[in-house]
Order: sequence, then structure tokens, then C-alpha cells
Amino acid sequence: MIVPAHEKKPLHQPPPNVHRPPPEPLRVPAAKRVPTLIAVYGASVVVLLGLCYALIIIAGNSPADVADALYRGSVADLPAVSRTLQEAAPLLIVALGTAVAFRAGLVNIGQEGQVILGAVLGAIVGLEVGGPPKLVLALTLLASCVGGALWAGIAALMRYWAGISEVVVTLLLTFIAFQLVSLMVTESWLLRESTGSQLNLAPQSDPLPQGVALPFLGQPTGLMIGVGFLMAVGLAAIVALALARSRWGFRLRLLGLNPIAARCFGVRAGAVGGAALVLSGAFAGLAGGVVLTTSALRLQPYVSHNYGWEGLLVALLARQRPTIAVVFALVFGGLRASSTFVAATGLAPSLVNVIEASIIFAALVPAAYLALRKRNATGKAIAS
Amino acid sequence: MNSVETIIESAVRLSVPLLLAGCGEYVAERAGTFNISLEGMMLAGAYTAVLGSSITGSPALGLLFGLAGGLLVAAAQANASHRLAANAFVIGVTLNLLVLGLTSFLDESFVLDPGRVGTFSIPLLSGIPIIGNAVFGGRWTLLAVYVVIPATWILVHRTRWGLEVRSVGEDPDAADASGVHVNVRRRQAIYWAGCLAGLGGAALSLGEVGGFNDNITAGQGFVVLAAVIFGGWTLRGTLTGCVLFGLADSLRLALPAIGYSITPQLLIAMPYLVALTAMVIFVRRQRRPGALGVQFVHGRR
Repeated sequence: MIVPAHEKKPLHQPPPNVHRPPPEPLRVPAAKRVPTLIAVYGASVVVLLGLCYALIIIAGNSPADVADALYRGSVADLPAVSRTLQEAAPLLIVALGTAVAFRAGLVNIGQEGQVILGAVLGAIVGLEVGGPPKLVLALTLLASCVGGALWAGIAALMRYWAGISEVVVTLLLTFIAFQLVSLMVTESWLLRESTGSQLNLAPQSDPLPQGVALPFLGQPTGLMIGVGFLMAVGLAAIVALALARSRWGFRLRLLGLNPIAARCFGVRAGAVGGAALVLSGAFAGLAGGVVLTTSALRLQPYVSHNYGWEGLLVALLARQRPTIAVVFALVFGGLRASSTFVAATGLAPSLVNVIEASIIFAALVPAAYLALRKRNATGKAIAS
Repeated sequence: MNSVETIIESAVRLSVPLLLAGCGEYVAERAGTFNISLEGMMLAGAYTAVLGSSITGSPALGLLFGLAGGLLVAAAQANASHRLAANAFVIGVTLNLLVLGLTSFLDESFVLDPGRVGTFSIPLLSGIPIIGNAVFGGRWTLLAVYVVIPATWILVHRTRWGLEVRSVGEDPDAADASGVHVNVRRRQAIYWAGCLAGLGGAALSLGEVGGFNDNITAGQGFVVLAAVIFGGWTLRGTLTGCVLFGLADSLRLALPAIGYSITPQLLIAMPYLVALTAMVIFVRRQRRPGALGVQFVHGRR
């Protein structure tokens, strides 16, 4: 039905002229935020300490002894600090790779497997390739990068070719990697140690040739900083800068935050995302190579020593920020470094696991609780 | 042939914990949650079952204690990830670590004397050659499997609750718009998974082994995860996967005794390799829950 123009109602009614006060700012001012932060984290730390205290007492050990062992093992003197740095290096490298993948929106939880593959390929090159020790060392580290990259590359392939979630694939590949390394060091036609007698054959490979080991700077009595740690810190700076300032980093973050917008802007998910996943595998593999050439010096079934899992935790706790990851890597490195000292106090190793898990919860739960409160407060502010 | 019968019988026996946990994890994954802490739930169930059986003196009550143990771990996982929105993977990995340490510590500290679940045997049917003894006889926990499987199917596919759970896993935003409480259903699905995983762990410690050992589950929780994936997120597929992986375990133990030698690492890795291969082959036919592993925050859109 045709309506004459003067009888048409306008589509938008102008709002009635009601005087409304401006809405409350949604951001809580800092003066109010800090006491809440302190209260929540403080409560969490108190609960953590109380729980640990109770557990240690129930176990029959002395909390003072354990605390002393933790201190002496990680930061008390320069050799302890050296050990802490040495343990922190692989954790940091794994965490950096994890951060790269997560920022691209990819959930890589197979770091443990990638570390193992890095160590395996590194061991193959280190044991089979001849030449000057420094060259072999460089090739070993390169091969370990390639090993980890290949393992993550399988996940990237399955994700971008077949659409299979990388969460699942990386997790399953980890368990396959455990069996792979066990196979490598058990079969004599593979990397099994070749000794004269057939008795007492432990499942491990030959030791790496003399000189194929990452050097340390400093004196054994003083501070010894390993090249592995220097590499880790250097990589942390590079990754932090690249993620924040480079075009590649921008594309990566864009892909992670809004894949659809990324596609509109010409960021190919397969290329950038796949590269990010492969790169994170390469980092984890490099960590495996560092472990192989620093402390392990031969291939064993447990060469990865949980560096993969703890590196993942470091990255997740640091919310995928490389700079904060350094701090968490040092904390976890200190815990690992003091583990022999703590074991010497007689504390059951299983309890150390419990304490470590509790520390992670103590770091995680307050953040989640605060985020929940903020969301609810924002919701209320919008609704009112 | 006697060895075939033995292999089948031990395959069924070894599959019982996997089948129970598989029914639970199937529901949880249909709800869109990827429970890495399943291993922790099974281990906790295994220990609390042994604890309960020692305290009460009855293995049957011990099974209930196991159920409660799994539920406890599930409560931690569910509330941290789907109420507090902490990262589910961190919580899962950390819970596994915590449960491993705690159960090992408690196992060292206290001496327990659990019973063992009794055996049954259906008179006529267990006479069937080859499979009779395996399927119609065994420990009472096998009967639990026969009850749990139809119960799970009815729960997921014939009740309103199950419909809501499936919708939450497929498209939580649409479910939220329809008035379904997304995170509530996800938590409930995880509780179900925890109960059954605890029961599975209890079946392992009280039914199979007769006691608790350090890390008694040794990765069976992850095998169950692989089974759900292998089964393409259907109940039928999950159960097939669990039985297949139980068979692989049974072969790993039995073949060396018969005389064949297959590299044990291959058989241990078999569940994971098979799951990966199945995912690649059946990628077109598979219906992965649309929102698997993505945490839902109310009002995020």
C-alpha cells in the first residue's frame, strides 16, 4: 500500500531528552585494584604455604630443612645459581616456542615429544657424523631443531591439510615419541650402546664424542653460565622483539586474535599458522638438543626429563609473554636445581610433585578468580 | 586353541577400566571438554578404592570410594576450567601431577589391606567356546561395564540432559541462546566422566591387580582419550577403540610367552598410532564436536 510522504513515520525516533548521569567507568581505578590483588594472591600464598607445611610435617620431615634445601640448592651460592640457570635454559626455550604457537592461536601441547625428537635427531647426528667437535656440535643443535620441527610439522600437516585439531595430534605424538626413543636405545641396530660385554646393557646410546658439548663460561667454583642459557636469553629477546615489533609478529598475533580478519588482510592461515607450529616444534627440539649436549651427553629413554611439560607450564603461566616467561623459567629452574638437595633431606619425591602442582595452582587460581570477578563486575556495570 | 582363548580373556579383562573411563570421557568430549586430567581421575579412583576397601573391609564399597575419588578430581578440573575459566590444559596437566604425587605419597605412608572384587560366571553361556569365559565370566566389574554402557547411551541419546550436553559441545553460543546453561552442563559432563573414570581406576586396582602400585594406571587415561578420538566421537567407536587397545595390551603380554617377539614399544604406541591413522582416514566421516577444547565465557560475543 502506498503511503503519502507526509504520513510516513521516521524510522528512528530521536531519544527523549532525559538527563542521565554518565555511566560508571568500567575500569576499576588502581587504588582499589592493588589491595584486592594483594589480598587474593596473599590468601593463595598463605594457603599454599600452609598446605606444604602440613604435608611435610605429615611426611615426618622438617619444613625448615626443606626450605633450607630449596634455598641452598637454587640460589644460596654461585654454583647453585649456575645450576639454576642451567636448568632454566631448556625450560625457557620450550616456553618461547610455546608462546609463538599460542599467539598464533595454535594449541601445541606436545612439547615433551618434540624435545625427545630433538634429542633423538641430535644424537643421531652427534654420534654418526664425524668432523671437528665444534662443527659436529653445531650440526647436532641444528639437527635437533629439525627433529622437533618435523614432529610439530606432522601436527601442522594434519591440521592444515586434514583439519584435525592440533591439540589432539600433538598430545598423541608425545606418547609415540616416548616409545620411539625407547626403541632407538634398545635396539642394537639403532642407537644402542655398543660395549664389549653383552651383560649389563643399559638402554642408552653411546656417549657423545669428546668436545661435542655446549661450553660453559666461568669457573666451577664461581658462576658458570652455559652457552645454552645465553642462547635461551638471546632467543627470548629476539622472540619478544619479533612478536611485538616485526611484521611477521604482527601477522602472527592477528591470526591468533582474529583468524577471519587475518584472512581478509591476506594472512594465509596455512603458511603463517603452520610456520608458527613448526617453529614452536623447532624451539622445543632445540631445547632437547641443549639438554643432550649439556647435561645428558648421551641418549636415554628419559632424556626429556619433563622439560617439555614444564616448559609448557611456564609459557601458560606467563600468559605467552616472553619476558615474563624468563622469570617463571628461572623459578621452575630453581625448583629443579634444588631437587637433589630436597631429596637429600629425605622428603619423598612424590611430595615434591605435590608441592610443585600446588605452586602452579597458587599462581593460577587467583588470576582466574580475579578475572571472573572483573567479568561479573563489568556485567553488572553494563546492566545497571 | 587355548592361547587364543587366553588372549581374548585377558583382552576383555584389561579393557574393563578403559571401557568404564571411555563411557565417561565420551560424554565429556561430546560436551566440548577435552579432559587431560582423565589420567588423574583414574589414578585417584584406583587409590581411593583401595583405601575404601581397606577401611570398610568390603571391595564393593571400595568401588564406591573409587567413584568418589574420581569425582573429586573431576570437581577440581570442572570448577577451575568451567567456572573460574582457568586454562583447561594447565589445570589438567597440573592435576595429573598432583594426583600422581599425592597417591604415591599416601601409598608409601600407609599400609593398606584391600580385598579383591569377586568373580562370577554365568553357567551356560560361559561354556561358549573361545569367547564364553571372557565375556560371560570374570570379575563383577565386568558386569558394571554391561550396565554402564547402555546407561551412557540412554543418558546421552534419549534424555533431555544428553541433548543439552551434545548441543553445548557442538555450538555453545547457540545453546546459550536457547537457554541452556553451557558451563553447568559442561561441569556435569565432567562429573560423569570423573565418576566413571574413578570406577575404572577402581576396577583396575581392586579388580585386576588387587592392590595399589605407584602410577598403577600408567597412561591408560591417555589411551582412553585416544580411544574416543579413534572412535570418531561416537559411543560405538569409543568402545571399539577401548577393546582394541585392551587387545593390544593383552598381545603385548601374551605374544612373548607364545614365542612371537614383537617390539614392545610398537604395541605400547599402537593405540596412539591407530588413533592418529583413524583420524586421517576417517576425517570426512568424523563429526568432531564443534567446540571441543574451547572454553565458553558467557557473554563473550
